[in-house]
Amino acid sequence: MSVVTPHDAGAPVIELAVPLVGGSHRRASAGTAGLEVSAADRSTRFAQMRAGELGSLHSWELVTAVDGPGTRMTAFLAGCPLRCLYCHNPDTLEMRHGEPVTAVELLARLARYRTIFEVTGGGLTLSGGEPLMQPAFVRRVLRGAKELGIHTAIDTSGYLGAHCSDEMLDDVDLVLLDVKSGDPETYRRVTGHELAPTLDFGRRLAARGTETWIRFVLVPGLTDDEGNVDAVAEYVATLGSVSRVEILPFHQMGRDKWESLGMRYELGQTQPPSPELVERVRGQFRARGLTVH
Amino acid sequence: MTTTAVPQPATTTEAHPAWRSFVPGPWNDRIDVRDFIQRNYTPYLGDGAFLAGPTGRTTGIWAKLSAMFPQEREKGVYDVDPHTPSTITSHAPGYIDQANELVVGLQTDAPLKRAIMPNGGWRMVEGALQTYGYEPDEQVRRIFTEYRRTHNDGVFDVYPPNVRAARRSHIITGLPDAYGRGRIIGDYRRVALYGVDALIEAKKVERATLGMERSLDDVIRAREENAEQIRALGELKAMAASYGYDISGPAATGREAVQWLYFAYLGAVKEQNGAAMSLGRTSTFLDVYLQRDLDDGVLTESDAQELIDDLVIKLRIVRFLRTPEYDALFSGDPTWVTESIGGVGEDGRPLVTKSSFRFLQTLYNLGPAPEPNLTVLWSHRLPAGFKAFCAQVSIDTSAIQYESDELIRAAWGDDAAIACCVSAMRVGKQMQFFGARVNLAKSLLYAINGGRDEVSGQQVAPATAPVEGDVLDYDDVTAKLDVLLDWLAETYVDALNCVHYMHDKYAYERLEMALHDGEILRTMACGIAGLSVVVDSLSAIRYAAVRPVRDETGLVVDYVVEGDFPTYGNDDDRADRIAVDLVSSFMAKIRRQRTYRDALHTQSVLTITSNVVYGKATGHTPDGRRAGEPFAPGANPMNGRDVHGMLASALSVAKLPYSDAMDGISLTSTVVPSGLGRDRAEQVENLVGLLDGYTVSGGFHVNVNVLNRETLEDAMEHPEKYPQLTIRVSGYAVNFVRLTREQQLDVLSRTFHAGV
Repeated sequence: MSVVTPHDAGAPVIELAVPLVGGSHRRASAGTAGLEVSAADRSTRFAQMRAGELGSLHSWELVTAVDGPGTRMTAFLAGCPLRCLYCHNPDTLEMRHGEPVTAVELLARLARYRTIFEVTGGGLTLSGGEPLMQPAFVRRVLRGAKELGIHTAIDTSGYLGAHCSDEMLDDVDLVLLDVKSGDPETYRRVTGHELAPTLDFGRRLAARGTETWIRFVLVPGLTDDEGNVDAVAEYVATLGSVSRVEILPFHQMGRDKWESLGMRYELGQTQPPSPELVERVRGQFRARGLTVH
Repeated sequence: MTTTAVPQPATTTEAHPAWRSFVPGPWNDRIDVRDFIQRNYTPYLGDGAFLAGPTGRTTGIWAKLSAMFPQEREKGVYDVDPHTPSTITSHAPGYIDQANELVVGLQTDAPLKRAIMPNGGWRMVEGALQTYGYEPDEQVRRIFTEYRRTHNDGVFDVYPPNVRAARRSHIITGLPDAYGRGRIIGDYRRVALYGVDALIEAKKVERATLGMERSLDDVIRAREENAEQIRALGELKAMAASYGYDISGPAATGREAVQWLYFAYLGAVKEQNGAAMSLGRTSTFLDVYLQRDLDDGVLTESDAQELIDDLVIKLRIVRFLRTPEYDALFSGDPTWVTESIGGVGEDGRPLVTKSSFRFLQTLYNLGPAPEPNLTVLWSHRLPAGFKAFCAQVSIDTSAIQYESDELIRAAWGDDAAIACCVSAMRVGKQMQFFGARVNLAKSLLYAINGGRDEVSGQQVAPATAPVEGDVLDYDDVTAKLDVLLDWLAETYVDALNCVHYMHDKYAYERLEMALHDGEILRTMACGIAGLSVVVDSLSAIRYAAVRPVRDETGLVVDYVVEGDFPTYGNDDDRADRIAVDLVSSFMAKIRRQRTYRDALHTQSVLTITSNVVYGKATGHTPDGRRAGEPFAPGANPMNGRDVHGMLASALSVAKLPYSDAMDGISLTSTVVPSGLGRDRAEQVENLVGLLDGYTVSGGFHVNVNVLNRETLEDAMEHPEKYPQLTIRVSGYAVNFVRLTREQQLDVLSRTFHAGV
């Protein structure tokens, strides 16, 4: 043992790794284990899904420090209208790949963790996929969570914001809004869809005063253009209900999943952003008085 | 001196001048350290801002030792004295840097020089000496082979055939039959508070009581032990005198309190090469003395920290001579100098003092290290400042383990400490008969094979009907396992009774037991390994289809699993219930066995690092684990099968009932820093939340490693760059670079919770 570690330096292991995107970087096929999977027949299932009694769930996880404050139960719903090139959960893109799970069953599991949520300041996060693909189910689960006194969050691209009724938003404490680009053309390239619905949804949240965290995935060569970032920051600065902006550096942890699903992955050669680039982008948001993580 | 202390009427005894300004109480009239602490300690509710860094003197001493470590690591030992069997007074005084040491005393006459302790067994000593190139001393060899018997000799004279067979086939493993059992904590604080003479007087009173009993074997043994205890206390005084200290009376200052306490501990590690030589719960006790000196203006914060740093330096260089096989089983060169810190008192006041912080601060002042094994007794009711400081130290050093203060206090009171990894016991009032563990996974395979060993094919357990048919039936297998476990519990406790009878006879812990009450609680600490393997195997048999593959002799040697099954570690009651049932039913079987000295039956779910060794000795299992693959450590779920995050994994473990595993339940978790939060403040806050969440859910113990996978990989390739890299494994911190390559790979393959 050569030298005494300086007081403020600590162990040789403290430097932070590249922050991870989302809470779903470790997923296995047993994603819904512990939940009863519904065995109802096909037509009953459709009726239940329409009524929101049944949802299509990819998996659930207890996570900390990712999908909202404290320790949370994050439920990843199956199905998403977007096809983001960098999606790190491509296995959640299709609703038919999920497992049918009832709202009652999901809420029963949620209720188990009430104490954990209390001591950690956490709660429920509905993520995906895109939770607003299953608005009736989401509405029912959110209502149930609020009846249990549990903090709620939805993690959404906002593209389907029109599916989100005001009644549903009454039961949402926090929205994690992914703004994937500021420039409509780039947005289309990244997701295959239009930017406008997301912007509209964000404004609606601001008008209602629903607390919002903005998430922006920084992909070198795709979303890192200074003008594109400025456009996002400019927009976010106009929303009065945003309490935090999270810059999520792109990572390659989704690559294997694309391959195992037999899907074409276009970002195989893309590197995670350099710390300098991440700092530049954070700075662009900070410059507009936003709290950036 | 404290505003919160209970005022007491003056006692009739005239207080010793060393006790000036202490609040008196029953502790003045009897040996009662807890009473002294409760009346005199000053809870500290603030944060770590008051702490002092290392002084030049501290860094100088540590640098001197650090220069010696590379050679020790290279050779396995730095130096050995092969001629002098160690006793409390066997060696001349030794120093690291005599002019600068504030606290003195070494196990031999030089730092890092190891002594031989042949009372446990001569073969182990001889093997170790030869391994490291030392010639065994002929006269010592003759004494311990011709004239005097050892613990090891005694045990092998009395083991029955079933124990020998079970031991040989590794279904019962790690028994302390050739090495010191350890896991006994002397109440070293007593020497500081009362001085040795008062302790001898108290022992004489105990002797007088024994003298009034009829002379039958238990009374005769107790009298002999009492005589040995008194003798050991006398030797302790003599050892201290050789360093120029008279410890017959109480310590009068903070520095003396640290020195007296350390002398007592040093006496213990000169006399015993125990598998775990834990220190106890000393920080808040010492704080009373340090605080008095601070209040009197004779000590500064830097001085106080320097004393703790100096003590910790001594604790870091406790060394025993052991064989490489022993080191492979236990990973490196462990001594388990466990110090239990924090917790909450019965009265609701936190037992956190500034010295609780000072002990943790040594990890910064001296850099991280596996010893002493710093253990925080965690409760959600601890002060916020202390919680945050612990979390911060964990994130920076990975060198802390946490145990549930709520569970420990409810079971053993608020003056309990951890021996070794997870064994809580009342200090000075309780000891344990350490029982290592049985291999539960192998037991399942024996049940399936009618008592035959799946590796050797030999009949080890009594012959029963092996499973028949093409698919394993859950009810059939569990019924067979139940029968097998009856045999195992009986054989196991038989073995432990033999071991501890002989340990008491030939390698009695004279000094450690002198620092206990006369009447004590003894526990028979049994243990199980491979829990998660068996749980997942039974779950596979129940929820999927498991087809046995037999060899030409009909022995089931492999399994084909068809279909999915719930696994332990996902907060899934289907699997977790199997785990709970296994723990409770084996405990019930243990409880049916009579124990040596009527010890109270307990068990642990702990493997230390021997999960690798146990896995190596175990064939293919029905959960899909391949022969030779390591088990998960302790009560951990199997690697990679816990898919709902670290907390869900921990909550499965938290379901195991402490009431049926009162020797402790161990969980090891590794997380990358970014998995705890995006910045340091958030990481600290979230780790505190996780620990609160786990313990309020009934979790007993958790090791927290905050590391990057890349760091570990780099450390495997370049060990010289990471001499102090510490990781926690199943109740114990180890130097990563001192693990075998196999163990390093096991640590790497274990679930890395990228996010928690």
